[in-house]
Amino acid sequence: MSAIDQMFAQLRREGRKTLIPFLSAADPDLDFTTELLRRLPEAGIRLCEVGIPYSDPIADGPVIQDSYTRALERGITVREILEAIHRVVAETPVAPITMVSYAIVYRHGLQAYVQEAKQAGVAGLIVPDLPLEESSPLAEVCRQQDLSLIQLITPTTPKERAKRIAQQTTGFIYYVSVVGITGERTQLPPEVVDNVAWLREQTDLPICVGFGVSRPEHVRMLAPVADGVIVGSALVRRIVDSKDQPRSKTIENLLSFLRQLAEALEIK
Amino acid sequence: MSIMLQHTPDAQGRFGPFGGRFVPETLIHALEELTEAYEAACKDPSFQAELEGLLRQYVGRPSPLYFAERLSRRCGGAQIWLKREDLNHTGAHKINNTLGQTLLTVRMGKRRVIAETGAGQHGVATATACARFGLECVVYMGEEDIRRQRPNVLNMQLLGAEVRPVRSGARTLRDAINEAMRDWMASCPTTHYCLGSVVGPHPFPKIVRDFQSVIGRETRTQCLEQFGRLPETIVACVGGGSNSAGMFYPFIEDQQVQLVGVEAGGRSNQPGDHAATLCFGRPGILHGAFSYVLQDEDGQTLPVHSVSAGLDYPGTGPEHSYWKEIGRVHYTAVKDQEALEAFQTLARYEGILPALESAHALAEAMRLAAARRTDEIIVVCLSGRGDKDAAEVARLLQIQIPS
Repeated sequence: MSAIDQMFAQLRREGRKTLIPFLSAADPDLDFTTELLRRLPEAGIRLCEVGIPYSDPIADGPVIQDSYTRALERGITVREILEAIHRVVAETPVAPITMVSYAIVYRHGLQAYVQEAKQAGVAGLIVPDLPLEESSPLAEVCRQQDLSLIQLITPTTPKERAKRIAQQTTGFIYYVSVVGITGERTQLPPEVVDNVAWLREQTDLPICVGFGVSRPEHVRMLAPVADGVIVGSALVRRIVDSKDQPRSKTIENLLSFLRQLAEALEIK
Repeated sequence: MSIMLQHTPDAQGRFGPFGGRFVPETLIHALEELTEAYEAACKDPSFQAELEGLLRQYVGRPSPLYFAERLSRRCGGAQIWLKREDLNHTGAHKINNTLGQTLLTVRMGKRRVIAETGAGQHGVATATACARFGLECVVYMGEEDIRRQRPNVLNMQLLGAEVRPVRSGARTLRDAINEAMRDWMASCPTTHYCLGSVVGPHPFPKIVRDFQSVIGRETRTQCLEQFGRLPETIVACVGGGSNSAGMFYPFIEDQQVQLVGVEAGGRSNQPGDHAATLCFGRPGILHGAFSYVLQDEDGQTLPVHSVSAGLDYPGTGPEHSYWKEIGRVHYTAVKDQEALEAFQTLARYEGILPALESAHALAEAMRLAAARRTDEIIVVCLSGRGDKDAAEVARLLQIQIPS
């Protein structure tokens, strides 16, 4: 059982759901990212996605794209990010998952990337440009290292294919709420609830929903059907918007926003 | 050469190890749908007949195979023949592909088309095909390319397309592809992405190659008719690699024909100064395919440079990577300066302004011709006309309009 499997098993025993924040690594710098990883438990967070900056992220909207561009312009490397994760995991119960392009994983070497990530304390990988048909080499390496390879299912995924993806996924299923790229939405498509409920019947794996999620009402809408909710651009934008204020204040504000979303997850 | 080669790619879209589909799950269904629509169209004689009719009557095919006699004499060696794709409607080979893909769009019942463009030739060809079939058209183009290819921007707008400037990255072709892909992530149920080169996820490299193969098929027939034999050498430029793939593919099994792909050598061989992916890159992932790519050690795409907007790209088609690996095609690079010189030479000696992209192939052909016997034949794919480049070339050469 991977760290993610254990975490969801425990959440299920407790009858709880989880909020999964997404942070762009090294935005505005690695100290900020690690400090936030240390403090996330204050908002009840157990699992966090860390986005590895990539030069050509076609699944990302402007907020995350720009955060990657800023980090790359400062010369950030994958090694520095994994080292920073390694330093912080001993001090936080939060399990990090890297969201990383296959371009990066392939260039490092599948074995090398997975091994380095595992040694750094990474619990799983999300590789957004690696669909099912291309995933078996990386899935095999992840299996050997007991790292979860979280795959995505989207509203455009035909049902038969969704079942096949669910069979091959480890950790949890990332259900993409919208047809489109990452970024805050005012409203989520109403059919997302039925889609996730259908998927719920097909698999025992935890299902976490992301893309577009940015408001407590989104979280409330998803709470009855999902095991977790992922929030990304809304956080990254808040970090950019508060670049002129003291870091401690930014972190307080982020934690308070995350608490607000986490509360919306509790089904009364 | 084995039959297998002619049947590339396999069902997974692999040319040897290259190709495949490295895109978000959101796009997979649209790619499957396109694969099926294309397979059905290939078996449908009415589709083939409609496309052939358009290529003949609307594009003006077959394009001539022209003997550049004065140019050949100047080089002092082999005969240089030009496959005149510049004479096609819209002035480049790109229309061969966009008409095919537009017919597919109509078959799939989609009403909106998006495209990326570098030099603007694919954008113009897409806008043209969309106007012809009454489809909505949006073209993504980097701001730097909008600056250096202004005439094509105006043409697209006059043809009814919306040109969306792309301000991310280096504001060139690669960034335009990223933006078009992002549009498609949200619009794929109703929109066709008319990709302009033999790059991207399966089935694009196959579809674009097939639609462009009319260039090589015609050239083969024309060579047999005009010379009674095949040429010694064929030269074509390679950015993403659509004109070269279309030119080379029908000759792949003719081992006696030397195939030469010419990349953009830019200012120097230093990273960031060129766009010679096959010469200096290595296999990796970019824009949905496993192919040669210019990346740093972390897998981040490197900046590239070329005087030619259409070759200014850090990746290349997976089939080119395959041809390189099996040694069937020789890839080399030509510098900005050499391409500019070839541009001027063709203008002065033959009265033809070539596209800066095609001028790269021409420069290499001139170099090769000088060292060959006069009975040898070199065919150059003159993939496009140079009107779009006139202002940029004049700026680089500091030519002014007399007052």
